[in-house]
Amino acid sequence: MIGFDFDYYRPSSIEEAVSVYQRLEGQGRHPVYLSGSTEFITFARVGLMCSGAVIDLKGIPECRMLAAGEREMTFGAALTLSELDDSKAFPLLGDTGAGIADRTSRNKITLGGNVCSRLIYKEAVLPLLLTDSDVVVAGSSGIRRVPISRLFDREMRLGRGEFLVQFIVGSSYRSLPYASVKKRKASAIDYPVVTVTALAAPQGVRYAFSGLCAFPFRSEAVERALNERGLPPEERIRLAAGMLPEPILSDVKASADYRELVWRLTLTDVMEALES
Amino acid sequence: MRLEWRINGEGRSADIRPADLLLDVLRESFGLTGAKPGCRNGDCGACTVMANGLPMKSCLMLAVEAAGQDIVTIEGLANAPAQRAFIEMFAFQCGYCTPGFILNVHALSLAHPQADEATVRSWLQSNICRCTSYEEIREAVYSVLGSARGTIDATNG
Repeated sequence: MIGFDFDYYRPSSIEEAVSVYQRLEGQGRHPVYLSGSTEFITFARVGLMCSGAVIDLKGIPECRMLAAGEREMTFGAALTLSELDDSKAFPLLGDTGAGIADRTSRNKITLGGNVCSRLIYKEAVLPLLLTDSDVVVAGSSGIRRVPISRLFDREMRLGRGEFLVQFIVGSSYRSLPYASVKKRKASAIDYPVVTVTALAAPQGVRYAFSGLCAFPFRSEAVERALNERGLPPEERIRLAAGMLPEPILSDVKASADYRELVWRLTLTDVMEALES
Repeated sequence: MRLEWRINGEGRSADIRPADLLLDVLRESFGLTGAKPGCRNGDCGACTVMANGLPMKSCLMLAVEAAGQDIVTIEGLANAPAQRAFIEMFAFQCGYCTPGFILNVHALSLAHPQADEATVRSWLQSNICRCTSYEEIREAVYSVLGSARGTIDATNG
């Protein structure tokens, strides 16, 4: 049971959603946007989130769009992780999303919801970082299309009242070799010790990680080190380890030493697979 | 607010709060206690129902989100193949998780009547049985997905 009351709005257009948000914000209702709503429900149940009004984005057609054109693929932020996986539109995204939670939960968890999660993992963002995707964002100043590198820094940096509409990915990325490996501590359903995603682009292999630090990331310095083909893989990984954006996470799930070991072993496998 | 759903084939309505979970509305407004509260955190699957043909954890769904949708609970699956299979294969002990499993298996059999091992494993990982009747549950699943059985046996053999 959720121990507080809120009003529920389900706009059918981007403009309506923005308008409803502005009105509720002006009334001091502290509205929140929902997509899958799973995180809101679980956090609200234990008092970690509270709001006087929620705005459900699932009724907005643009947020539910799934299109694979010759030049670009479009993924609506309110598509569920199951829909993305089942569509086979972009296997790297589908496979990475399929490692999150369990199948039934993924029938409700959405792409945008996972990317904007309050949890540190946000694994669905990894393929979007690897492919230099664009993000379509809506807010009171209109709709804007922004490279993800300008919007995602440890978390999605949205302006007040803004919400994710779509992610746009170049279609050429669809056919590139990739790896998406999630290592959990014990059970098949769990948060990652580390998740390694990689994409073999013509200029070199791209890498993005979740679970290693307290946020998901793709780092140019780490990528350069891992692509020093003149060095053996273990040396490249050693160099990359010295360029991480933050010390390796140490928590109840895994110590920093253990995480680093799992990361090194997983990276070794991924490099061998994508460089062969 | 007064909302309507189609539950087990019948139009139903109730006055609810927007903050009410589908799980609680099914149990308290309609007396459909087959949807079981377990973890209430989306982990155990005991509260699984079908919403527009998809298995959903009713503790992770606001009742208002499901307004107008076609909801199926275990009460709506009397004598369904999945229910019969669980009985014939003794795929339960205490039975608390059983409705959620049956709903999930029923949805799986509709969506993937020829489901392979990987698909079955992926879908069934959504439900937890604390009595660990997993082997019997697995047998029940494959008896429902009868046509897939040969493939599985061939793979394992």
